Amino acid sequence: MTILGGVCLWLAFLVGIWGALAGFVGGLQGRPDLQHSARHAVFAMCGALLVAVFSLEWALFQHDFNVEYVAAYTSRNLPIFYTWSALYAGQKGSLLFWATVLSLFGSLALLLTARRHRELLPYVAGVVCTVATFFISVMLFGQANPFHRLAYTPLDGNGLNPQLQNPGMVFHPPMLYLGYISITIPFAFAMAALISKRLDVDWLVAIRKWTLLSWLFLSIGICLGMWWAYVELGWGGYWAWDPVENASLLPWLTMTAFLHSVMIQEKRGMLKKWNLALIIGSWLLSIFGTFITRSGVISSVHSFTQSSVGYFFLFFLIAAAVASFAVYASRLPLLTAEARLESMVSREASFLFNNLLFVGIAFSVLWGTLFPILSELVQGTKVTVGPPFFNQVNIPLGLALLGLTGIGPLIAWRRASLPNLRRQFAVPVTAGVFTVLVLLVGGMRDLYAVMAIGLGGFVTATVVQEFGRGAGARHRQYGEAYPLALGRLLARNRRRYGGYIVHVGIVILFIAFAGMAFKTETEATLRPGEAATLRSPYGWTYRFTHLGVSQYDALNRQVTAAALEIERNGKRLGVLTTEKRQHVDGLGRPTFQPSTEVGIRSDLREDLYVVLAGLVNGTEQAVFRFTINPLVWWVWYGGMIVALGGLIVMWPGGGSPAVKRTQAGYAVRLVEDVKA
Amino acid sequence: MNAGTRFAIGAVLIVGSVGYLMASGVKQTGQYFLTPSELSQKIAVDPSFYNVGMKVGAHVVPGSVTRDVATQTLRFQITDGSARYTVLYHGLPPDTFNDSVEVVVEGRLHKEDGVLYATNVLAKCGSRYEAVPKA
Repeated sequence: MTILGGVCLWLAFLVGIWGALAGFVGGLQGRPDLQHSARHAVFAMCGALLVAVFSLEWALFQHDFNVEYVAAYTSRNLPIFYTWSALYAGQKGSLLFWATVLSLFGSLALLLTARRHRELLPYVAGVVCTVATFFISVMLFGQANPFHRLAYTPLDGNGLNPQLQNPGMVFHPPMLYLGYISITIPFAFAMAALISKRLDVDWLVAIRKWTLLSWLFLSIGICLGMWWAYVELGWGGYWAWDPVENASLLPWLTMTAFLHSVMIQEKRGMLKKWNLALIIGSWLLSIFGTFITRSGVISSVHSFTQSSVGYFFLFFLIAAAVASFAVYASRLPLLTAEARLESMVSREASFLFNNLLFVGIAFSVLWGTLFPILSELVQGTKVTVGPPFFNQVNIPLGLALLGLTGIGPLIAWRRASLPNLRRQFAVPVTAGVFTVLVLLVGGMRDLYAVMAIGLGGFVTATVVQEFGRGAGARHRQYGEAYPLALGRLLARNRRRYGGYIVHVGIVILFIAFAGMAFKTETEATLRPGEAATLRSPYGWTYRFTHLGVSQYDALNRQVTAAALEIERNGKRLGVLTTEKRQHVDGLGRPTFQPSTEVGIRSDLREDLYVVLAGLVNGTEQAVFRFTINPLVWWVWYGGMIVALGGLIVMWPGGGSPAVKRTQAGYAVRLVEDVKA
Repeated sequence: MNAGTRFAIGAVLIVGSVGYLMASGVKQTGQYFLTPSELSQKIAVDPSFYNVGMKVGAHVVPGSVTRDVATQTLRFQITDGSARYTVLYHGLPPDTFNDSVEVVVEGRLHKEDGVLYATNVLAKCGSRYEAVPKA
């Protein structure tokens, strides 16, 4: 089977080269036969790569340890659930995964838009083939062929790193990769529009859903990554500003900026250059993210490996940046705006500031991530910046952005009048001020936390007001009951109201982040029967009593578990266990370093987070770290709401002409309503 | 003053504050990242390098690790092949820490005893998600 896989890789490589040539030449010379061929090349490449993935999975499930990749990432006692995920656990497999998914997305894009964007498609096929061929060539020529065979056959494999044996880790990398990969489709359409000079709104329509899809995958991937870091790494938080985390945040930030600024282009014909630059930039950042993850160029606790693959990526990144911005520059004269900014107090202006902030945050994160390399190049000494830098820079910028989240949707297009402002902002501003007062009276003194929650109150009020007014208008016009009116409002204006739901999710995330300002922790060495106490930010006193240690063997690991009884203000809450695991291979020999299974007890207000650090000289006397993390659950809820809102925005349908006409009529009624 | 100019002023303000936040952030939170031999060179040239917060990346000297679990004290030596420093760390080392890994030690070098008092120890090897190749 691995021979088949290897052959398929070569096949995909050759077909990819042909597809790239045929696409670009066919497009430029207007030759339908070549255009046709390029399109089929994408499909053929996709087929070949799917067969390659299948044969790698086959080797994984057959425990064919003669294949280096299989031996490196799986073992006989690895649970089946994790065996298939070994496909993307290592560098070589994830390169294959990347190329395959890209060809799959490319095929889908070509199939779904076959009629509407005929002139763009040959270039789209060409770009997809070029990028996929690059990934295949890294496997073939960068000593990263997943089908490479060893000179001998080990009895058993190394097994999967225990930190990856976690449900979150099964879905986190593919989600992130899907996000990274799917940005290539909007990028391909943008390049196609630039090359073919068809720079009307047409290409924007073609890529809107793809951009959203990519944004949605990235959002989910980032949230899953936070969850995994929180439950698996055991350092007590979910975001460490690690280079790999930053790399996933960068394209997310620029794409979020794009999803906002694209509205200005659709509505007003402005920001054409800016939007194209954002798409190209997002794509380059996604390649950069893959590069960071895969090359280990920045010393990071996450970096998978140091290898020659890094040079391939660096070369590709530079070549792609030069090529795409050269095309972009040559088309700049065609990208003139159809309108000008009329007033600072307008939705356009607030969106422009929002974009500047997003890009500013992205730039500072990129700068901080690259700072060790830059400082070494310039000064000869490596200087690093860590979480304090990122927090110091990004908390104020993030808060400003949160404020704009509330302001943008309420302010009128073109030029807002004073009565408009008063009507829109009276309630939300009151709500925000009220929230701040409640917090201050309640004794909260952390400036940033108060601001975050106060702005959260303001933004939430704007969303509630928007939903309330929309549903109220439907209620009056159609006599619908309020719940029905609310449902239809959402269903008929998915883009707008789905967007508001995303905003609510973001508010919840900000409030949850603010909660971490009140995190408390303590460490203690306890004999069975001894207890440690910790005071939570809500003023409760928790008491952790060490009940004892048990040791036992499980499927592929030796477990040392400690049980603790928890009391809050003297009232018993239950028992929490926390484990140290030593994974073993089929012969019972230890593999990998011991890993931590954190004991977590969550409620909506705070998490108790207990780590077993070790036993004293093999006795039951154990060392623990106790942490109280406020509001962590809201991070996961916020993430889910963001994803839900994104799904609503993306959900197909709702855009038929009939519906649009109804909406137009409804909008007229609404305007009359306002005037009355 | 038209809207474009006003917007430009706003934009300059935002860009300026981003730049200011970044510059001050680097100044206040930047830390040197050195190898042991770079550190010993710096110290030789400029004694004020004692007691400055920094990060040192190096290998743990095999066999040099002593742990006292009861007081959560960890003492080990790090080297890059030439210079060698003793590290004292009070707290929980990461799971992946042992005497054959590469570590990043965050802390200050004390002048009195020449010991690096660590506030944080990161182990690099195990989190590469790959098994160490068997020799």
